Amino acid sequence: MINWKEKLMKVVFLAAACVSIAAVVLICIFLFVNGVPAISEIGVFRFLFGTKWKPANHLYGIWPMIVGSVYVTAGALLAGVPVGILTAVYMARFCPRWLYRIMKSSISLMAGIPSVVYGFFGLVVLVPFIRETFGGRGMSVLTASVLLGLMILPTIISVSETSIQAVPQSYYEGGLALGASHERSVFYTVLPAAKSGIFAGVVLGMGRAVGETMAVMMVAGNQAVIPRNLTAGVRTLTTNIVMEMGYSTDLHREALIGTAVVLFLFILIINLSLSMLKRKEKE
Amino acid sequence: MDKITVEKLDLFYGSFQALKEITLNIPANEITALIGPSGCGKSTLLKSLNRMNDLVEGCRIEGSIRLDREDIYGDMDVNLLRKRVGMVFQKPNPFPMSIYDNIAFGPRTHGIRSKAKLDNIVERSLRDAAIWDEVKDRLKKPALGMSGGQQQRLCIARALAVAPEVLLMDEPTSALDPISTAKVEELAMELKKQYTIVIVTHNMQQAVRISDKTAFFLLGEMIEFGETEKIFSMPENKKTEDYITGRFG
Ligand SMILES: Nc1ncnc2c1ncn2[C@@H]1O[C@H](COP(=O)(O)OP(=O)(O)OP(=O)(O)O)[C@@H](O)[C@H]1O
Ligand SMILES: [Mg+2]
Repeated sequence: MINWKEKLMKVVFLAAACVSIAAVVLICIFLFVNGVPAISEIGVFRFLFGTKWKPANHLYGIWPMIVGSVYVTAGALLAGVPVGILTAVYMARFCPRWLYRIMKSSISLMAGIPSVVYGFFGLVVLVPFIRETFGGRGMSVLTASVLLGLMILPTIISVSETSIQAVPQSYYEGGLALGASHERSVFYTVLPAAKSGIFAGVVLGMGRAVGETMAVMMVAGNQAVIPRNLTAGVRTLTTNIVMEMGYSTDLHREALIGTAVVLFLFILIINLSLSMLKRKEKE
Repeated sequence: MDKITVEKLDLFYGSFQALKEITLNIPANEITALIGPSGCGKSTLLKSLNRMNDLVEGCRIEGSIRLDREDIYGDMDVNLLRKRVGMVFQKPNPFPMSIYDNIAFGPRTHGIRSKAKLDNIVERSLRDAAIWDEVKDRLKKPALGMSGGQQQRLCIARALAVAPEVLLMDEPTSALDPISTAKVEELAMELKKQYTIVIVTHNMQQAVRISDKTAFFLLGEMIEFGETEKIFSMPENKKTEDYITGRFG
């Protein structure tokens, strides 16, 4: 009787586990079945490296969007990583307890804010600010980078902070015992010991930045051309899909799914490097 | 010549008094052993000597500790104090970096940048800690890849690299095998020519073998202090006798 129940439960657990695996597999199949033929019809090279995206003229080059995604992601990292890591260090090793509690809860709140709210904030605050300070229309690479930089902060901070907290106190004490100051002990003995965890946080944040859609769409300007400078508008892979999916048909539609395939590969690479990092950390 | 003088030291962790009226003179260029049952305050006293107790929240001290007659809880810069009074921990704690960088950490902290000087210090410290021959071909390898005994000697070398005057060791051999232990003991006896050493140990034979002076502690009080030979052959206090003959503790 008990045995029978146990077996049943095992099947239930297995089924539950299969749901997520099946979802991933189905998404993969959907993407590749619909996207790959379009890519080969357009021509892999012309699809990936073509600089003109003009569906009306049957020109489907997504190079501007690839560049756009790379730009805003790099910009987000440039803006978010230093702030995120320093915040994590501050929280883990410098800040008074009462402030720690406040920061901890505001950061988890920050992680829960829907991206459309971030986008709205960007639209109302950042866009005018950047327009007035740096010129241009305000919807730009710079704006998207700053906003994404903000959005990846919670990820970077919480992952980094956890890994800094996990560093044995003995490293820190060893530093102090040699006459190093608190700051030097933290930055030169604790931080290096936490570096793979911090790096994992950065990669995770990068994944978030690449995949973000809504907020970027609201502040990036979305022109499908390679931006000439930081105040020029930009379109990313994600926004390219969401902006045109509604009305596209035939090859146009499939080219958008092809864009999703490329995006998927980006994320796949990021995840693989993350799991490689984790494995390295275990050694 | 006394290197460190402790006078009427009371130490509190919150409301708990861990050390009671300790008065103790630690002579220069000798090895002073602190012995006593677990929880009697040996580590606490040791950590007061380089102010590592400052890290413990709610820790408060009264009385004075002087290093070369200078009050270490007075105006003295605490980082400078810790440079002069080095410490080796019970559990080896090399930094997660190369052997070379471990040793160079201290000198770099104190402003030495020249590669040649650092090379020199690294080699000398490792030689002084009797580990040079074992590691000279793998200075760039991570220190955490070494055996426990090697790690402990590396930590001793790391402490020596900042040229301290006093070396505090908290049960430095408790995690080591007999051979590594013998090496560390030999090392301590060699080092006392240049340094003043204070060592905490649970091993009576070790205290006898290497120390010149011994202090016996019980429940936060110093029961007896004197020449090691005398403490172990004819202790004045009954409690000391009971402890060293293994009747309690
Ligand atoms: N950080 C601390 N906070 C509160 N009490 C402490 C702290 N550290 C030590 N104590 C207490 O102070 C007393 C002395 O501790 P200490 O670590 O100095 O003992 P010890 O002689 O080194 O013992 P052992 O031989 O086990 O290492 C103990 O009763 C201990 O519980
Ligand atoms: Mg102890």
